[in-house]
Amino acid sequence: MQAELIDIRNHMAQYPPFDEMAEELLDRVVGGIEVVYFKAGSQILEFGEPSNWLYYVRSGAVEIYRRSGELYNRISEGEIFGQFGLLMNRKVRFPAKALEDTLVYKIPGEIFQYLWENDDNFADFVEIEDRSRLRSAVSRREKSNQLMTSKVTRLIAREPVSAPHTVRLQEAARIMTENGVSALLLMDEEGEKPLLKGIITDRDLRTRALSEALASETPISEIMSEDLITIRSNMFIFEAMLTMLHNNVHHLPVMDRDEVRGVIALSDIVKYESQSSLYLVSNIYHQQDVKGLKKISLDVRDSFVRMVNEDANSHMIGSAMAGIGRSFTQRLLALGEEKLGPPPVPYCFLALGSMARDEQLVVTDQDNAMILDDSFVPEEHDEYFLALAKFVSDGLAECGYTYCTGDIMATNQKWRQPLRVWKDYFTDWIDNPKAEALLNSNIFFDLDGIYGETDFAEQLKTLVADKASNSQRFLAMLARNALNRTPPIGFFRTFVLEEDGKHQKTFNLKRRGTAPLSDLIRVHALACGSRAQNSFERLKAIGNTKLLLDDDLGNLRDALEFISIVRIRHQALAIEADRQPDNNVRPEDLSPFERSHLKDAFQVVSGAQKFLKFRYHAGVARNV
Amino acid sequence: MSSEEQAENSVTRLPWPEQFKALAEQSKSPILKAYYESGCVSPETPLSEVPFVALDFETTGLDANQHSIVSIGLVPFTLDGIQLGKARHWIVRPKLPLHQTSITIHGITHSDIDQAPDLNDILKDLFASLNGRIPVVHYRNIERSFFDVALQWRLGEGIRFPLIDTMAIEAHLHPDRNPSRWQQLLGKKPVSIRLADSRLRYGLPHYAAHNALIDAVATAELLQAQVLHHFSRDTRVADLWL
Repeated sequence: MQAELIDIRNHMAQYPPFDEMAEELLDRVVGGIEVVYFKAGSQILEFGEPSNWLYYVRSGAVEIYRRSGELYNRISEGEIFGQFGLLMNRKVRFPAKALEDTLVYKIPGEIFQYLWENDDNFADFVEIEDRSRLRSAVSRREKSNQLMTSKVTRLIAREPVSAPHTVRLQEAARIMTENGVSALLLMDEEGEKPLLKGIITDRDLRTRALSEALASETPISEIMSEDLITIRSNMFIFEAMLTMLHNNVHHLPVMDRDEVRGVIALSDIVKYESQSSLYLVSNIYHQQDVKGLKKISLDVRDSFVRMVNEDANSHMIGSAMAGIGRSFTQRLLALGEEKLGPPPVPYCFLALGSMARDEQLVVTDQDNAMILDDSFVPEEHDEYFLALAKFVSDGLAECGYTYCTGDIMATNQKWRQPLRVWKDYFTDWIDNPKAEALLNSNIFFDLDGIYGETDFAEQLKTLVADKASNSQRFLAMLARNALNRTPPIGFFRTFVLEEDGKHQKTFNLKRRGTAPLSDLIRVHALACGSRAQNSFERLKAIGNTKLLLDDDLGNLRDALEFISIVRIRHQALAIEADRQPDNNVRPEDLSPFERSHLKDAFQVVSGAQKFLKFRYHAGVARNV
Repeated sequence: MSSEEQAENSVTRLPWPEQFKALAEQSKSPILKAYYESGCVSPETPLSEVPFVALDFETTGLDANQHSIVSIGLVPFTLDGIQLGKARHWIVRPKLPLHQTSITIHGITHSDIDQAPDLNDILKDLFASLNGRIPVVHYRNIERSFFDVALQWRLGEGIRFPLIDTMAIEAHLHPDRNPSRWQQLLGKKPVSIRLADSRLRYGLPHYAAHNALIDAVATAELLQAQVLHHFSRDTRVADLWL
């Protein structure tokens, strides 16, 4: 700074956060300033434009608006604005307009970043509106997405249309046509209050009644769907979307206790969010061959990037991607059965790992297995199941889900076994735990039946939930394995970097971030006998048992969400730039905001690992 | 009229960009040749695209032939920003002794002056900031004439350049700034077009310090305000330069 500019420096030195700034730092700020004048009424910042400056008001007054146009703040002499855009994603979050003739000092983004990293007082000041930093970092992202903030009741446009479950087919069809609905609720009206008994949809009428040429006098109860999947009226739209994705249903009755408030359809959500990944899923079911599926799979990455840009949270993105992966698998199984004929004995197709946890992203390999009915005779039946497994596995590979390098796939005979063998596997893993063997079978403790006799999968879940919580040796071993991978944070809150394939200094957000987290959450969840698979659901289950303090649970949830979302955004950016998405992040590619919060999140992981070691005596070798 | 005067006259009547080309050929001083060769924007250029440099001289008096330059401040800018990081300030040794009055005005003392370089020693740095930019001053009779005379002395050759004078703009905006006695009786106050007073009319802040650099910054801010209030970003530079 030229000494003759002292007048400018002295002005800034009167106001926070510059009042406590070291002189040489403030000199540096003044040396970077560009001065610019705005006439009263003129726009200073437009929403969404790139934000490269912090603004200091030297004279005059500025109004700051929310995106909605609502006045958010009024800024006058000695105050700053523009920091949120710089902190968040380098786009203007809050438009600004000159209320009076205004002279501003523009401080370049690079200097802002330098101050933010080197002056704690400055960093605290510009973040003043988020006291609990990590939490608000997470919640702020969530606020902007309507799917996340609107309740399902908002989609209910009319009173539910229903009929007694005793009506005949033709009568049901007439009621649906008259009311212009695509689904009819069928009620048991014998009790005091009508109870929801079943549902019939347009699709059911076509596939179950017309194609079978059923008589118009057939009782509707013969073809209606029972044991309905419903959703509570206080849930959010995205939860309805996840429920539809997970269960592959297109209609959800919305319930207030046992009373029906209405029905929401897939088309309601697609209308709400026209770019929804649900649309992609429904498209998958219309494909008639692997070629068609492969073509659609090219849209998966677009769908992923779109969700990221719409500020969806990691749970939503992970579930949507898993739902898409599950749909590809289900459709391939159906096509495989069409080609090979019906299965000779019942079977269940299992998803393992991230798909089972509903935490899938775009770079993923296939982890799957088959549970066969106990009547399975290898010599007679295995040829069929091997062919089916191979058809699915090859099809998935065509659609971008690469083969599992550890050969954990239904094509491997070891993982294509009758239910009783699977029960023996799990019993052995839990009763005779060996660290090495468990390392390889970790993935089986995240399992989900996605096709066929899903009850087989439920039986395994029950077995694990009952046995695991009682085996301290198993939990200790599992905990020890969960400590193998430490977060990339050093003693002085510095990142610990590794060299990646391209010889760049990076850290791996999966191996050293989300994976250690889901590993340690799994240990706690198994210890408290939970059947949940998703890490967020598992945290909820852990919370119910008081195994962890509420604060610790909240921190774990926020850390998982933050690391996941940074990883997701890293991959989305790579896709948008036409690069191959991966998990290796260079610290310099992150915003200062992300860097600091990642450090917070990694420290949470580190602390949680220490507790895990202590809680399950994982530091002591017990099986030698 | 001698033939030399005729030749000079025909050059000085040229539009500025052509004049710069002609002067670049005539000039014998390498430093001035380079200055003219760096060119001058076309008269049609909209103000939003013109690179400016705000310039201010502090002098020992008002007459270029009797008084000297004491300090020079400048800052490059455009309508979108005044770049403080590129601001420069020099104190130079005057040819003539410093008056007590100018000490009180500029705050520059004899000991500052004793250590100061001659203008000649800073010309290279000075022109590095001027080349290719249109100077903006408040009251052109100081900067234009003092610079011309100072270079005549040192390089044996004066300098010609277009400039924008923020004071001339204010004068133009307030033609009746000195009310008649009758108007004064009715309470009409004279309008001052001095730098600090002009700035007040645009809501620009008051600067306590008084030096060539802060005055240059103040002048740059004033031009930004004048353009936004009375002209536009698309106004041709030829409408304002003199």
